[in-house]
Amino acid sequence: MMLFNIAIKNLIGAGIRTWLNVLVTSVSLFMIIFSSGMYSGMMQHAMQVAINTEIAGGAYWHKEYNPFDPITYEDSHDITPPAFNNLIKEDKAVEVLVSQASIYPNGRIMPVAMKGITVNQTVLNMPTHTLSKYNGNNIPVLIGKGMAEYANLNMGDTFTIRWMDANSAYDAMEGEIVHIMDVGNFKIDMGNIWIPIDRVQTMLSMKNHSSYVVYKEGFDPNIKSDNWVHRDVKYLVRDMQAMIDLDRPNAIMIYVILLSLAAMGIFNAQILSIFKRIKEIGTLMALGMQRKKVVLLFTLEGLLNALLAVVITIFVFGPLLYYLSIYGIPLPIDYSDMGLIIAKRLIPVYSLLLLLTTIIIVSFVVLIVSYLPSRKIAYMKPTDAIRGKAII
Amino acid sequence: MSKNVIAISDMVKKFPIGGDYFTALKDINIEFKEGEFAGLVGPSGSGKTTLLNIVGGLDSVSDGEISVLGQSIKETTHEQRALIRRKYMGFIFQSYNLLPVYSVYENIEFPLILNKIDKTERREKVMQAIEWVGLSDKVDSKPNQLSGGQCQRTAIARAIVHEPSLVLADEPTANLDSENSHHIMEIMQNLNKNLKTSFIFATHDEKIMGYLRRIVYLEDGSIVKDNLIKKQ
Repeated sequence: MMLFNIAIKNLIGAGIRTWLNVLVTSVSLFMIIFSSGMYSGMMQHAMQVAINTEIAGGAYWHKEYNPFDPITYEDSHDITPPAFNNLIKEDKAVEVLVSQASIYPNGRIMPVAMKGITVNQTVLNMPTHTLSKYNGNNIPVLIGKGMAEYANLNMGDTFTIRWMDANSAYDAMEGEIVHIMDVGNFKIDMGNIWIPIDRVQTMLSMKNHSSYVVYKEGFDPNIKSDNWVHRDVKYLVRDMQAMIDLDRPNAIMIYVILLSLAAMGIFNAQILSIFKRIKEIGTLMALGMQRKKVVLLFTLEGLLNALLAVVITIFVFGPLLYYLSIYGIPLPIDYSDMGLIIAKRLIPVYSLLLLLTTIIIVSFVVLIVSYLPSRKIAYMKPTDAIRGKAII
Repeated sequence: MSKNVIAISDMVKKFPIGGDYFTALKDINIEFKEGEFAGLVGPSGSGKTTLLNIVGGLDSVSDGEISVLGQSIKETTHEQRALIRRKYMGFIFQSYNLLPVYSVYENIEFPLILNKIDKTERREKVMQAIEWVGLSDKVDSKPNQLSGGQCQRTAIARAIVHEPSLVLADEPTANLDSENSHHIMEIMQNLNKNLKTSFIFATHDEKIMGYLRRIVYLEDGSIVKDNLIKKQ
């Protein structure tokens, strides 16, 4: 208790020196939490966008359907399981029929995945309702922003769509862009054209057929069928999860680099602060304070410094961290053009694990950099310490 | 007859320098009695500060025996020496060595906190010590707000607040002007009389010689003269 009181008195008495040390520690805590939060937020955003725009609560795929193999599209369709009929009507499920096609925008040929989708739905975060508002004679087409830029297409532009139907007969018709969506998921954007499903079913002569059906979370109809395979969210995000897992060493590396930089700052501030107090340590020993108590006093001061830094971080940087976690930071570049699912506003996510780990590690660093130099000084010859003799 | 506060016999102190040793003190045989007001006098490098540090347990001896307050310093651990200093000794340094972030009151209070004296008694003792050194109007001042003389008076108060048996003062007037030097010596002389505390000074300041009742001359690490001065 006596040492605690002395440590408190020393911290308060040191005034600006204490606040500088606390500020360095606090800024370090903020920077580590913020940077790691940004990284987590980026990953979480990518996952959430994929779930919102593609996955929802899960899906049933036709047994032949492989989204990465367009050759399978020809055979990967069947009549949508009847268990979905009501769910589709009630906007609890969305059916999608996938086929290969070619489009000819501005005289160029471009292979695409032509996807028929339930128009009036809110299961997936896609503006499919815009397809239903079209009254013209062309095929209404919804495309993504990336695709529009790549193919140099604008709203109202028309182009030829060529496809092969169920009877292996080729047909073609004009399509018209009715909306360009900006959903931030390149997987439903690049190389995809979205058309009302009834239109596609007619075009392909595949009445009531679909390639996969996506259902809203909590509305799995539990279909047992040889033709339809259940794909849960875990399965559908596995490629994204694999990417995140693959990137985890990089995330750890970034965390370690940030922590090392912070540790250097804290180390510098603490070392400078303690070595400036050599004479004071010598005086304490001359007044009869035992060596181990001197070391304990300075380590305690370090601990209080860390605690104060945590409090400052909560009250000074906390509101800023909270604000950023709500409103995010706008990115100067649209990374979706590069085939990355990155939000236009990066919103950091701070997990409890991140907060606790960072606070514990930074506090530990402060303790170590308080303990080591004070120990070194306390074990000097008291006569040298009293004179303030430099030891480094 | 007064008992010995310090007893030193055949004491040698050597410092390693490079691969060799420098002998700072040799053949030191001396005793100091309770209530002495004595000075170790000599030029720079004569060994007076080293002797004072050894007596205070801040430095060790290379050879010989030294007993302080009845305890053989050679046989004590660092921790035991710290305890002796805390309970029975006071230190006064040339450059005051006040704790910079503490006020005059807090600096003087510090040895009492280390000795776990309760708050009420602490306050009484601190105020008394402040009165002894005449700093009642500077109780809340920080060391950087004090003159050199006031700093040294604070250091004296800190050294005697726990009423130690022995006060060791290393060049206490070296940084002070003549008027302050005399004032400081008068304060210490009075405390010596009133508290029966032994004072041992390391000094080469001619101004304070007149206050000493015993002067031990050191030269090149040896005692060359030990004068007991009879006061009128």
